[in-house]
Amino acid sequence: MIKVDGIHKSFGTVHAVRGVSFDAPDGKITGLLGPNGAGKSTTLRVLYTVLKPDQGTANIDGADVVSDSLAARRNIGALPHGAGLYPHLTARENIAYYANLCGIDKSEVDDRVSSIVKLLEIDAFADRRTKGFSQGQRTKVSLARALVHDPQNVILDEPTNGLDVMATRSLRHLILKLKDEGRCVLFSSHVMQEVAALCDDICIIANGQVAIDDSIDGIRERTGEDDLEEAFVCATKMVGEE
Amino acid sequence: MRTLLTVFLKEVLDNFRDRRTLMSALIMGPIFGPILFAFMINLSIDRALDDAESTMELPVIGQEHAPNLIRFLESRNIDIVDGPDDINTAGDAVKSGEHDVVLVVPAGFGEQLADTIPAKLELYSDEANSQGEKEARRTRSAIRAYNQQLAMIRLSARGVNPRLLSPINIDEVDVSTPSGRSAMLLGMMSYFFIFALLMGGMYLTIDTTAGERERGSLEPLLSLPVTRGQLILGKIFAACVFMAASLMLSLIAFYVVLKFMPLEQLGITPNFDLGVVAGAFFLLLPFILLGASLMTLVASFTKSYKEAQTWLSAVLIAPTLPVLVVSILTLRPQLEFMFIPSLSQHLILVDMVKNEPLNGLHVLISVVSTLVFGALLTWACARLYRREGLLG
Repeated sequence: MIKVDGIHKSFGTVHAVRGVSFDAPDGKITGLLGPNGAGKSTTLRVLYTVLKPDQGTANIDGADVVSDSLAARRNIGALPHGAGLYPHLTARENIAYYANLCGIDKSEVDDRVSSIVKLLEIDAFADRRTKGFSQGQRTKVSLARALVHDPQNVILDEPTNGLDVMATRSLRHLILKLKDEGRCVLFSSHVMQEVAALCDDICIIANGQVAIDDSIDGIRERTGEDDLEEAFVCATKMVGEE
Repeated sequence: MRTLLTVFLKEVLDNFRDRRTLMSALIMGPIFGPILFAFMINLSIDRALDDAESTMELPVIGQEHAPNLIRFLESRNIDIVDGPDDINTAGDAVKSGEHDVVLVVPAGFGEQLADTIPAKLELYSDEANSQGEKEARRTRSAIRAYNQQLAMIRLSARGVNPRLLSPINIDEVDVSTPSGRSAMLLGMMSYFFIFALLMGGMYLTIDTTAGERERGSLEPLLSLPVTRGQLILGKIFAACVFMAASLMLSLIAFYVVLKFMPLEQLGITPNFDLGVVAGAFFLLLPFILLGASLMTLVASFTKSYKEAQTWLSAVLIAPTLPVLVVSILTLRPQLEFMFIPSLSQHLILVDMVKNEPLNGLHVLISVVSTLVFGALLTWACARLYRREGLLG
């Protein structure tokens, strides 16, 4: 369960996030949708605690991301945008490194890594060094290592970027599987269709503000547009350009 | 503690598989010093032998005017050869590089000598050319000796004691020992060790800071339930291990090289046995932490791998500066110097090589002050790692 309450974040003179609030409940997929530069990544980076909000609060299963960031991180599996692997380590070693860092019991690390390797179907290349992996393979390994400590909340920043159709499909199945396990999945995208296909709730962000936060049907209703793309454009305009 | 160990082991494994890190840590750094050193020692041995023993050729124009002078020069291991035909072209022959020096005996030389008028000789040389300068010096000193011999004969012939010409006689006593003399030559050794140990950690510190950021692996790492302090400490310790290996290899390489160098021919016998190797290792050990944290700190500020490389090359030079200043000012080891890392190690190492008794207080201050600097920089790294700007 992720709760975000009125967070602001500026970089120098750029006011990237201006009072974003939303809830992402367990057992549901919440999509953060918005054009490039809308503040999606900044919001997510606040949630996985690499940035501190200037104002407002956010908590992960009740743990504040600023005052109790270690506890918050314990309940998050994060896949940052463009996450990189260690090219000299094998996929399995990359995942095991994170498992060890997360404090998984030493005797269980191997089992844990093997089961996540199987879950994400990366057996075929698990023992190869990650140098030269395709984007799809890299994303899967990054996701595997983010999930290795079995986090209740999963944050994915534009995970389908650069993936081909097959890789996108298999990632979609995975995300649905995470939802079925009762986890809270929060994922950002600028691709309308993708969000529509997956998400239970959609939070449209533009200009650092939340334009609409509702279910897909709710959004259609509120914008008066049947076509989701039109609804997206309409919602974006609600916030307005400055 | 487990986090620290995990990070440490991963960085060691990761970098051990990286050919570039391995090359610079275990080959380039340790070997560079000894090779350069062997080359320089060989060169100076060659030159020293050159000066004393080898015969040099001296083109002389007008040999027939000074047969006695020619004979004297030949007795001094100088081979007289025919110079250019024309006196007027002597200067050009030197300028064009055909000859390094040319001696001209004018036709009136014998008569001037007989009339006890200062007889004129002309020596053409190019002082900007080091070979020419050396040969001119040797020719000049031979002629000066001949000059003195003639003067003595003249005085004796007139019934004057030639000793009147030298009222003072200086007896020089050089108290330096063979080990002591070697210190001048081996003084640069300490820099090679510091260079090697810094090289050992250079790529590792870049990789764990700027490299990790550029690769995009820093952000997921920071989103794990671990404190950043543990991450950075693990990385710095991993760098320390590579640096220690690099230092050890460098010391051993020097030990081997010195074994095979004919240093006795230069009249120096450096005290560089296995005991000194071990002593130097422990003396420089505190400097490893300082170097690792300094490089990590500098690399953390940079935006990219390339920029980090540029800045760290400058860091490689930094430890030479205090050593350079002290050797230019020829200062003796003092207590104050022991507070300055790199300088204190240099001075103590020179004492070791000179086989002089070590000052325990100096060693203690050197070790403690270097460790304190290292700890401060490590702390600064940990602080820096907590900044948001780290992600760039």
